[in-house]
Amino acid sequence: MIPAAFEYYRPKDMAGVLSILEEHGDDARVMAGGHSLIPMMKLRMADVPHLIDLQDVGGMSDIEISSDSIRIGALVTQAEIIDHADLAKVAPILREAALQIADPQVRYMGTVGGNVANGDPGNDMPGLMQCLDAVFTVVGADGERDIPARDFYEAAYMTAREDEEVLTAVTIPLPNGGYAYEKQKRKIGDYATAAAAVQIVKDGETCSSVAIAMTNLSDTPIYSEAAGAALIGTAVDAVALDAAVAAMLGDIDPSEDNRGPVAFKNHVAGVILRRAIERAWSRA
Amino acid sequence: MKDEVTREERVDNLKGMGCSRKRVEDARFTQGKGNYVDDVKLDGMLFGDFVRSPYAHARIKSIDTAAALEVPGVLAVLTAADLEPLGLHWMPTLAGDKQMVLADGKVLFQGQEVAFVVAEDRYAAADGIELVEVEYEELPVLVDPFEALKSDVVLREDTVDENGKATDGAHGPRKHPNHIFTWDAGDKEPTEEVIANADVVAEESMYYHRTHPCPLETCGCVASMDKVNGKLTLWGTFQAPHAIRTIVSLISGLEEHNIRVISPDIGGGFGNKVGAYPGYVCSVVASIVTGKPVKWIEDRMDNLMTTAFARDYWMKGKISATPEGKITGLHCHVTADHGGFDACADPTKFPAGFMNICTGSYDIPTAYLEVDGVYTNKAPGGVSYRCSFRVTEAVYFIERMIEVLAIKLDMDAAELRRINFIKKEQFPYTAALGWEYDSGDYHTAWDKALKAVDYDGLRAEQAQRVEDFKAGKTRKLMGIGLSFFTEIVGAGPVKNCDILGLGMFDSCEIRIHPTGSAIARLGTISQGQGHATTFAQILASEIGLPADSITIEEGDTDTAPYGLGTYGSRSTPVAGAATAMAGRKIRAKAQMIAAYLLEVHDDDVEFDVDRFVVKGAPEKFKTMKEIAFAAYNQAIPGIEPGLEAVSYYDPPNMTYPFGAYVCVMDIDVDTGVPDIRRFYALDDCGTRINPMIIEGQVHGGLTEALAVALGQEIAYDDMGNCKTGTLMDFFLPTAWEVPNYETDFTVTPSPHHPIGAKGVGESPHVGGVPCFSNAVQDAFRPFGNMHTNMPHDHWRIWKTANDLGLHG
Amino acid sequence: MSKKQHYAITVNGKEEEFLAEPRELLIYTLRERLNITGPHIGCETSHCGACTVTIDGKSVKACTMFVAQANGKDITTIEGIGGPDDLHPLQEAFKEHHGLQCGYCTPGMITRATKLLEENPNPTEEDIRFGMAGNICRCTGYQNIVKSIQAAAAEMNAAKEAAE
Repeated sequence: MIPAAFEYYRPKDMAGVLSILEEHGDDARVMAGGHSLIPMMKLRMADVPHLIDLQDVGGMSDIEISSDSIRIGALVTQAEIIDHADLAKVAPILREAALQIADPQVRYMGTVGGNVANGDPGNDMPGLMQCLDAVFTVVGADGERDIPARDFYEAAYMTAREDEEVLTAVTIPLPNGGYAYEKQKRKIGDYATAAAAVQIVKDGETCSSVAIAMTNLSDTPIYSEAAGAALIGTAVDAVALDAAVAAMLGDIDPSEDNRGPVAFKNHVAGVILRRAIERAWSRA
Repeated sequence: MKDEVTREERVDNLKGMGCSRKRVEDARFTQGKGNYVDDVKLDGMLFGDFVRSPYAHARIKSIDTAAALEVPGVLAVLTAADLEPLGLHWMPTLAGDKQMVLADGKVLFQGQEVAFVVAEDRYAAADGIELVEVEYEELPVLVDPFEALKSDVVLREDTVDENGKATDGAHGPRKHPNHIFTWDAGDKEPTEEVIANADVVAEESMYYHRTHPCPLETCGCVASMDKVNGKLTLWGTFQAPHAIRTIVSLISGLEEHNIRVISPDIGGGFGNKVGAYPGYVCSVVASIVTGKPVKWIEDRMDNLMTTAFARDYWMKGKISATPEGKITGLHCHVTADHGGFDACADPTKFPAGFMNICTGSYDIPTAYLEVDGVYTNKAPGGVSYRCSFRVTEAVYFIERMIEVLAIKLDMDAAELRRINFIKKEQFPYTAALGWEYDSGDYHTAWDKALKAVDYDGLRAEQAQRVEDFKAGKTRKLMGIGLSFFTEIVGAGPVKNCDILGLGMFDSCEIRIHPTGSAIARLGTISQGQGHATTFAQILASEIGLPADSITIEEGDTDTAPYGLGTYGSRSTPVAGAATAMAGRKIRAKAQMIAAYLLEVHDDDVEFDVDRFVVKGAPEKFKTMKEIAFAAYNQAIPGIEPGLEAVSYYDPPNMTYPFGAYVCVMDIDVDTGVPDIRRFYALDDCGTRINPMIIEGQVHGGLTEALAVALGQEIAYDDMGNCKTGTLMDFFLPTAWEVPNYETDFTVTPSPHHPIGAKGVGESPHVGGVPCFSNAVQDAFRPFGNMHTNMPHDHWRIWKTANDLGLHG
Repeated sequence: MSKKQHYAITVNGKEEEFLAEPRELLIYTLRERLNITGPHIGCETSHCGACTVTIDGKSVKACTMFVAQANGKDITTIEGIGGPDDLHPLQEAFKEHHGLQCGYCTPGMITRATKLLEENPNPTEEDIRFGMAGNICRCTGYQNIVKSIQAAAAEMNAAKEAAE
């Protein structure tokens, strides 16, 4: 498995990145850890004549926690998410999800930016970021702009980011309440058969707010507002759970693959969501 | 000479049979100093790689290599047209068929080799491949063997005569142009009659899915033609280097003495590296053409999609019994999907391997087996993936039939096995399908296994779980998987086992050096089994020199004696026997030397651990070390100098290892996720040479069994596209998915093997697959499950639950 | 083909400089250019871990990194972990506990394990199984690999204690 030849760039700053992108348009791709892109290039399923390695570009490798939000640079790796003790305190769902991505070696290389930016429906971070109502900062020739994660994904590998833009950071409002990232997969290293991200707030005995997103069950991650709506104001009892699952099933559109046919995926999506809500609720 | 060392210490010093000697191979492997084929680097070495067909069935209208030849570094592009004048565009398979080396007018499976690009490095080769333009005309695709037998689409033009009528194949008449052979064993009419008149009959159809051995190292070779001396050296991942030398000679016309085949360290084989592949032929041709060494190494997709699938057996069974559960008859029909070419690696007379061991461990008076081989638009192969030829299929078949019969009889499956086991006193036992089982003590093994796991306690727990499930207290079911297997390994007696006419003996040649160390060379080749460690142990016990003083060498056809290689668990049964026999020749000569040195008659000395002693006077002795030196420095009347021996061993029979396995599994009914709680494996491989290595083999074999049973498959869509070409989709479990195993043993030595050993490497795979599968199926037995097909991945387990109405 | 570039990497303490195409995969740089053949190629899609090396303190699958990305980095392979005169406790333990069979996964396995024990000197069995899940072995069934790593951890901890 040998990729086609390419020109390689390792600019020192974002201006350098943007100028190469401007020059080569969609013939150029940026790369962080490369663990999504390189296998595709080796299989010659991705043709990248101009490859821009972001590793030397500063300012994208930090995790900053403020009083109301978390800013994660695009080059922060899954391993860094897992090892960050303060992050685990304020947003433990990030660690719980990151531990279920790929394997140790890949988590050293795989970045948050790469995971959310390329629009692979199998990736776990996009759904997670939708659940957390994250905002993605992208920068282009015209400067920076923010795109909510819930508006970012258009289709498989199609996102609101323009080809000439680079995703630089993910900003997450400090999450409240209980959380769970539940994922069924065939083995370590696999994408989800179904995965659910749930962040839920308990007020007394009832649910006052909740966010639910599903992974690898459509050609984009699915933020299911309807599933959340079915829980708000309830005691998250069996009836509410049934309603939430039913609402979620109305939002997803899985397709058959080696993990199984549609009926199975729908069923497992329901089971996984139910478990995620129950676990999140128990932690709320 | 004074001897302070006790006899026990002398035995320990040898590190002979029965001790867990640490492996001598491991120093180099743990330091990254193994020497695998892709580590071979020669001056001026070129790289070859294939243009492969994207289609499963297509006519090739044209191949344009011009653009590829323009790529800097690309030196040549070989096509069938280039090979045809040499008669090398097709090659013989081990199964009596022939196979295209490069696509000759059409392709029969996705990934088939179409052209071979030879370049200065692998990058140029890859770029060249992209630029070879092949024009295809797609043809109707047959992926279902039953359809293939009805279809008007003729896959192979060489299977019909000018009138379109099917011609005879290598194993007799064809029923259809896409039919390869019918092979049968046993008594057809009597079996049908017994079953027709039986009180109880259970029937089941089962599909043993297509999978792949997938060793971590793929296949590859380096061919180096030395035109000055007319010598070809071929390094490669060969499980049978000597057979490869003979094949290369036969198809290339080079005389065999001018060919040197070397199997260096091999990164796992599991059957994948038995056959001869187009890459080997093309590398040899390319080296002859260019005069330079040529390396070809498969990538993982090439490996999974084109070389050596395993299984793909559609099995239909009937088993009859008395109301008390005594089995009276067994009928089995197999439709065997062989893909585009019949490239099975079986002994010539056994086109379905040893599938006729399918009466298993049971005393079944009447049986009949019939196998139909079929061509389809899938990759060729049909190798024995960590098993003796088709034994995995046979054991799966009978161990499922037993379970199905138990359900039919409403009987405990452990008890049903017990009342049908061949009894200890019945050995040697001739089975209804012809094999003579050399030895066994099945009841002892079974009782030990069931006791070890507290079988009755497990059944009680399972019954409670079913109650709890029905009461809505749990969504997890519990399955108890049982399997009792008898392997047939050590092919094999030359009278009925050969490959391409080469008898399946094996060999060992020993040279004792003057200072009392030795080198022994064998016709086999280790792929991780630890031959360099264990064969030295056999010899240590036989000749009384420490295993640490014995070098074992395999895999170089210029130095090793001819042998048929390592697969089908044949190394210990055949080459291990040859080693013992050669060792005994050494010992016989040593006895004469010792007698001379001790000035007594030959018959007055006897062997004792590491020496010959004068009978009745143990203080008078000569150690083997002293004898070795004497063999080289003394003129002994009537005895040639030196101390060497060679043995070519033709085994009188196969060996029949057996074992009893129990798996306890919890299954999440809602997600289909299984959790292996416990796995107990009792193996009886006869005399145990190295318990540590045996245990390691069992762990590994069980893990490969787990993979096959729970998810590993080569799957195709309707267009013949392989859907499982990378390790994302082809299931190889990691440490996380694998349980800890409990191992146990009994010892029933083989009566005909010189040291009583039977072989063990493949037993755990053979016995493990039905055990894991039975655990899944057993969990659903209380809800009416009879049989579901492997692989039991999450969705198929979920489907079983769903079909049984367990999702409400 | 694209133009060859000048690269400099440090491998097992030795600085190496050479010209290469940027697309050259690090595993081939090591194996074919520098003759460091301990790391192997198993799957080529970052699933099997046979090519695992340590780069600037991280376990990395060298089949999924271009030489251009590795430029300027410090790389350790199995060859740099221990040799005949200074075997690493993991190398000893794998030999002692039969933690390998064909040996093909072993260099990547041990290289990964050095990093695992660095990060977690007292791993449980579960920690080991999870932490080694990026490395596939087809021969051993992992049981003795787990045992080997546990034994090495104990050995290393004992040595550390003795030194303190």
